[in-house]
Amino acid sequence: MTQTAPHATGAFTDDPDAPEYSAYGGDWSEIADEAARLGQQRIVVNMGPQHPSTHGVLRVMLEIEGETVTETRAGIGYLHTGIEKNMEYRTWTQGVTFCTRMDYVASMSQELVYCLGVEKLLGITDDVPERANVLRVLMAELTRIGSHLVAVGTGGNEMGATTVMTTAFIAREDTFRVIEMISGLRTNNAYIRPGGVAQDAPEGAVKAIREMIPKVKQKLDELVDLQLANPIFKGRLKGVANLDLAGCMALGVTGPILRSAGLPYDLRKSEPYCGYETYDFQVPTSTDGDAYSRVVLRLEECYESLKIVAQCADRLEASEGEPVMVADKKIAWPAQLSVGSDGQGNSLDHIRHIMGESMEALIHHFKLVTEGFKVPAGQVYSAIEGPKGLLGVHLVSDGGTKPWRAHFRDPGFNNLQALGILTEGGQVADVVVAIATIDMVLGGVDR
Amino acid sequence: MSDSQDLTGTGAPQGGPQPGDRDQITLINVRQGQFGAQGDTSGFDGLVRPVQMPGASERPYGEWFDGVVDVLEELLGDDAAAAIEHVVVDRGELTLRIAREHLLAVAQHLRDDQDLRFEMCLGVSGVHYPADAGRELHAVYPMQSITHNRRLRLEVAVSEADPHMPSIVSVYPMNNWHERETWDFFGIVFDGHPSLARIEMPDDWVGHPQRKDYPLGGIPVEYKGAEIPSPDNRRQYR
Repeated sequence: MTQTAPHATGAFTDDPDAPEYSAYGGDWSEIADEAARLGQQRIVVNMGPQHPSTHGVLRVMLEIEGETVTETRAGIGYLHTGIEKNMEYRTWTQGVTFCTRMDYVASMSQELVYCLGVEKLLGITDDVPERANVLRVLMAELTRIGSHLVAVGTGGNEMGATTVMTTAFIAREDTFRVIEMISGLRTNNAYIRPGGVAQDAPEGAVKAIREMIPKVKQKLDELVDLQLANPIFKGRLKGVANLDLAGCMALGVTGPILRSAGLPYDLRKSEPYCGYETYDFQVPTSTDGDAYSRVVLRLEECYESLKIVAQCADRLEASEGEPVMVADKKIAWPAQLSVGSDGQGNSLDHIRHIMGESMEALIHHFKLVTEGFKVPAGQVYSAIEGPKGLLGVHLVSDGGTKPWRAHFRDPGFNNLQALGILTEGGQVADVVVAIATIDMVLGGVDR
Repeated sequence: MSDSQDLTGTGAPQGGPQPGDRDQITLINVRQGQFGAQGDTSGFDGLVRPVQMPGASERPYGEWFDGVVDVLEELLGDDAAAAIEHVVVDRGELTLRIAREHLLAVAQHLRDDQDLRFEMCLGVSGVHYPADAGRELHAVYPMQSITHNRRLRLEVAVSEADPHMPSIVSVYPMNNWHERETWDFFGIVFDGHPSLARIEMPDDWVGHPQRKDYPLGGIPVEYKGAEIPSPDNRRQYR
């Protein structure tokens, strides 16, 4: 490489005489006095990567004049953990436990898009049992509610309304109780597996889902009452962080931000997967294109998701006892889990079968778990509507038991590119609103 | 699949297209032995299996694929044969293998023509195929048409020695960060990118971590007296 490499971070200018201030909180007045003494108008502020309003470890470099932002740059990579590289060294099934940890607020969506991709590579998309699809839709929608609640809740918290956050997190906890009951874990579940789901919903799951719905609905109502007519809330969000449809299309922005600009683009409707075409739900849209309309849309989407969850409960009741994994025993993970004294464990019946009754079953279990299954060579792209937008995965197989390449298109990674256009020309305080309205999770952005 | 192919067992990697196959366009990997680590005692060490990507397809391609390829060929005119190297239809997905000199023109047509109208490029995914001599680095662009509700894939291959291809940020501004990421992880240089800086790794990082010859890293871990090597050094199936 002979060309001079551009740098993502570092100073805006190479001026070595530019004064530098380090703020550790509480000493802003001294810095302001010093800046006033030097008579400088143009100030570069580094926000993050440890700033509480940056949803993790986003670094924002702001050039400001007075209170006006003149240039914004986002620095990412502080949470890069090499998940895509790691997946190349694990079996296709183990890959689920990696990709679920990317955007840790929307774990299940990533498991789902990854498994749909693996199934497309295997050519078993149509063999996935109906009940598994219902459980997948149920999980994806509960995840969507959880993700939107975190977006709205933390967004409220960042503007100083702690009650918004606590209310949202209480509702999210209710969705987690159902997710935990079915998958065994609150988050990072590794529940959706290539070929189906890890285990069937336990007894009482339908009842628990039906009891959860009104609780979450009540908290959503509370959030609506608390926020949407509140004059301070409206003052902070209406007409702030605007992005029109042309801007969205140029920057590839999807999800609630795109729908807030007026385009009802939702992959659940345009390219239905897992049987979404058979569920009754609406895709809320707005034409305001501002931060306020995105909060409204996220809350409306939660209500729509609850409608889908209710339909899932009916279908789970009707399909009791049906399989949740493909019939092909060369792919179906043999683990049968049950709740043991330690909270979770292998099913005693299954252990008895492989340890005491059938040598072949033991060999099969061992081979499938340690070696995994082979996936025919080729490449696929699969995409779903994640809570934050279009979530895609590009998978390449070399015919082995491990991915040759797994690349995720995290919607947050793409949408964060819009931070500049959302903030430049606005107030410094509105940068926080813009970040909250993009609703990215840095674990997903950096992977 | 790979199992049906010639198992030579000569110990030498068999690169390049296999006789009797369809037109092979990407050698994904040459698999040797049965296990991940060297010196395995199973007797499978001499096993050599080249694995190819599904080969080029013949017309008719099916679904809406023929129409899109027709329109694109018409718009490209005399360049069509040179620009579209291969058309692959596999698992219901259309892949167009594009020569890098024509990538920008193809992207422009895909976005602007009313019969194509692929408004969004969903990023670029780099893939490293060390065995595919002279075409080691691939850039894969998933293109999404919202108007027609279609998705296709562009694939551009370059060599490690000359890893340059044009940036399509001027046509698809949304690809800005995606191209930076692919530069960062694979070392593909997107000529014409407004600021091709590293994005995930630190600015002063050396190397491109997602390449296959870049080690995963990790240290051996001792557990109950036994030492377990790092994941890329374990004896394992593959």
